[in-house]
Amino acid sequence: MNNLLTVEKVRVCYGELEAVRGVSLSLAAGETLGLVGESGCGKSSLGRAILALERIASGKIEFNGTVVSSLKGAALKQFRRQAQMVFQDPFGSLNPRLSVGAAIEEVLFVHGIGGSRAARRERAAALFEDVGLEPDWLSRYPHEFSGGQRQRIGIARALSLEPKLLVADEPVSALDVSVQADIIQLLKRIQRDRGLAYLFVGHDLAVVREMSNRIAVMYKGEIVETGTTDQVCDNPQHAYTQKLLSAVPDIDKAFAQ
Amino acid sequence: MTTQPEQPLVDVQSLSVHFGSVAEPVRAVDGVDFQIFSGEIVALVGESGSGKSISALALAKLVPEPAGRIVGGSVRFQSLEKQKGAGSACFQGLEVLKLKSSELRKLRGARIAYIFQEPATSLNPVFTIGWQIGEAIRLHRKGVHVKQEVEKLLTSVGLPDPARAAQAYPHELSGGMQQRAMIAMALACNPDLLVADEPTTALDVTVQKQILDLLVELRKTRGLSILLITHNLGIVANVADRVYVMNNGKIVESGDTRTVLLTPQHDYTKKLLKAVPRLHKTA
Repeated sequence: MNNLLTVEKVRVCYGELEAVRGVSLSLAAGETLGLVGESGCGKSSLGRAILALERIASGKIEFNGTVVSSLKGAALKQFRRQAQMVFQDPFGSLNPRLSVGAAIEEVLFVHGIGGSRAARRERAAALFEDVGLEPDWLSRYPHEFSGGQRQRIGIARALSLEPKLLVADEPVSALDVSVQADIIQLLKRIQRDRGLAYLFVGHDLAVVREMSNRIAVMYKGEIVETGTTDQVCDNPQHAYTQKLLSAVPDIDKAFAQ
Repeated sequence: MTTQPEQPLVDVQSLSVHFGSVAEPVRAVDGVDFQIFSGEIVALVGESGSGKSISALALAKLVPEPAGRIVGGSVRFQSLEKQKGAGSACFQGLEVLKLKSSELRKLRGARIAYIFQEPATSLNPVFTIGWQIGEAIRLHRKGVHVKQEVEKLLTSVGLPDPARAAQAYPHELSGGMQQRAMIAMALACNPDLLVADEPTTALDVTVQKQILDLLVELRKTRGLSILLITHNLGIVANVADRVYVMNNGKIVESGDTRTVLLTPQHDYTKKLLKAVPRLHKTA
């Protein structure tokens, strides 16, 4: 299989603390890999390392045949066009003093896409439409939107550079259940339309299950179990995966007793 | 569990809370009835903006004024057999919405306490956990040995090293430990009702389970009644005895948890249920 992303024995350290301890994984184009674990397990550090937002202590990250950790300058910028991030807290990741249109246009401007200002504006409007927002709202500011709308804005911004990979770090954890379901549907539709690959980072296996083709379970900096979504959720092998599964407040489980 | 099932601990009748202008108000809570019986865990379910948090705040007349106005209805607290010293007489069948601020101060903390979604923002970063829990004891429970009581409370919420936790500042504790400390603070004056507003939304699933287990345990050990506000029906299914489903300021469906979740009648309840991600696919 031709992998879009290959992670080999990657370690991320913060001083003495080894947050990611020799993790290997791979991701094919158009595929979703769920990365599950608790706060502090290293899943976000790994996600950030994959996007070259975190320096790796050792190991190798390869994206589309290029080694990410060695990238600098223009090549790094080129890589960033292809691999983007969606954050948990869309409000925290939007500049409150910038209209949301400007926030998207800025990305295009920095990367020299879209040509003229008018063309960039047009592109932002198209992106807005694609994520289910009214293009008229581009002149509004982040505080004028609901949590779910802000996450749509975050997704639109991440899509603006037409990446091949989206790292989504707990993108729905801060949202209401029904909004959560809408955003999950949106992410799935966008994946179908654009053939994007997702690294979907989360702590709730029920949510990760909805999204993923395969799941990797991370615990204390290491991946303790990987498999297809059904394997991991229906027949977990590792004790920690079993613990995670039993912690999910599941409706069916509650009434099965 | 319930000693007097016919007499609710809290009886809310046609409660209405409006925001915005008087001429064109936003009816955040629009004629809501609900009851909480002693020792019961009741869930109030709905999405952001459904009015569930505002309804819960109205129980202690905590609706932010003047932005919001309680425009009608009643919130009646029954007095329990449980004697609370000299003050107990004035709590006989208390009409909360008619209380003066001095009386409200006695109600808040002593009869009803709140915990919220984000423990870090509810805790004051510049005081120790012990000081903050002790504050309520110093104000409301004269003559109690504060340090001992604080450690007792911290033990009861499952903090492994209560003496150390008491001396810690909020940032030195994990999210789960912070929420435990908040619960300890809420219990400081031995309330009858704990309102838990999305208490685990900011927490990991494994920590969430621990906190929910703790709430269930406190109901058992203390006979605490709990109003649990959440948008997660999975939590409701696992924890609550009864559930009220709220949408656009109105309660659209209510009943015992099993009945409501297994045989939902209202479209909105069905929609909420459909949105819940399931762990195992059932055809």
